[in-house]
Amino acid sequence: MSETWAWASHSPVFFLLLTLVAYRIGREVRDRTGGHALAQPVLVAIVLVGVTLSVLDVDYADYADGTTLISFLLGPATVALAVPLHRQAHRLQGFVVPLLVAIPLGAVVSVSTAVVLVETLGGGDLLARTIAPKAATTPVSIALSETAGGIPSLTAVLTILAGILGAVAGPAVLTLLRVRDRRARGLALGAVSHGIGTSRALVEDETEGAFAGLSMGLTALATSLVVPILVAVLL
Amino acid sequence: MINGLTWLLGCQLVGEVLVRLTDAPVPGPVVGMVVLFVLLRVRRSGDDATVVRAAAGLLRHLQLLFVPAGVGVIVYLGTIRDHALPLVAGLVVSWALGLAVVGWTTVALERVGARR
Repeated sequence: MSETWAWASHSPVFFLLLTLVAYRIGREVRDRTGGHALAQPVLVAIVLVGVTLSVLDVDYADYADGTTLISFLLGPATVALAVPLHRQAHRLQGFVVPLLVAIPLGAVVSVSTAVVLVETLGGGDLLARTIAPKAATTPVSIALSETAGGIPSLTAVLTILAGILGAVAGPAVLTLLRVRDRRARGLALGAVSHGIGTSRALVEDETEGAFAGLSMGLTALATSLVVPILVAVLL
Repeated sequence: MINGLTWLLGCQLVGEVLVRLTDAPVPGPVVGMVVLFVLLRVRRSGDDATVVRAAAGLLRHLQLLFVPAGVGVIVYLGTIRDHALPLVAGLVVSWALGLAVVGWTTVALERVGARR
């Protein structure tokens, strides 16, 4: 019996099932709270799986091995981000200059300030590399963290937190900054809070949401180009 | 679904190969995204294209795909506790600055464009 239990609690089937159930519960929590910005299914799922692994005394490495089937899909999902970009491309017309200046500038500012702050406050090189790509959408930030020599799982969590920050405080901060134009608000939200910020922007206004989505895709590209350069220059 | 997935994986493979050939410090799937974007523009693909439908299916549950990576944070709980100040300050301040820079730059450039 105990042998069977030991096998079951370390098998990919168990780990995959645990992940799917935790995510399902996360979605349930989001729906029950009326889509509250803090109730992100991924956050709920991470906590549930984390607690379960601690209780069962399972190593993270075993869990990671067992769930490669899910993690593998991050690659094709990143490629899939071309589709929303393609569907919003017609909005580019007459807006190319602001877009091509604001997005790269935003990426440079957000990467360099994060790296410099972590470094000067004593966080060290590793954490600076880890936080650098946090404004890019999660599948991209995880990959960038790997390439830059950071801790991908910590980057994933910081990225999700940056998204939640945008969903909770983004619109209010933009109003405080006197940014009223819907297109500018959308671009700003997508540039710092990726998909989670985009879903909040969609609630505010349809145009704002579309520009946030566009901004998220372009920011992922800009961040990919900027992170290796800035990390090399600043660290 | 299979057709769409084939396109997605094909673009990813092209991206990964290009990155390895050029030693570019960019993740392969990001290059794959650019490749697919160009293909979609050239082919003027509509919402009924198989790759578009496969992509929509994947993106609908994008959050699920971060769970295994995110759970890895339990290994680093000690690190986070020891460096809470730099992490929180880096996150919040750079988030706010990025928001301000993109918002203000866009508004300023729109004004310049409108005057012309």
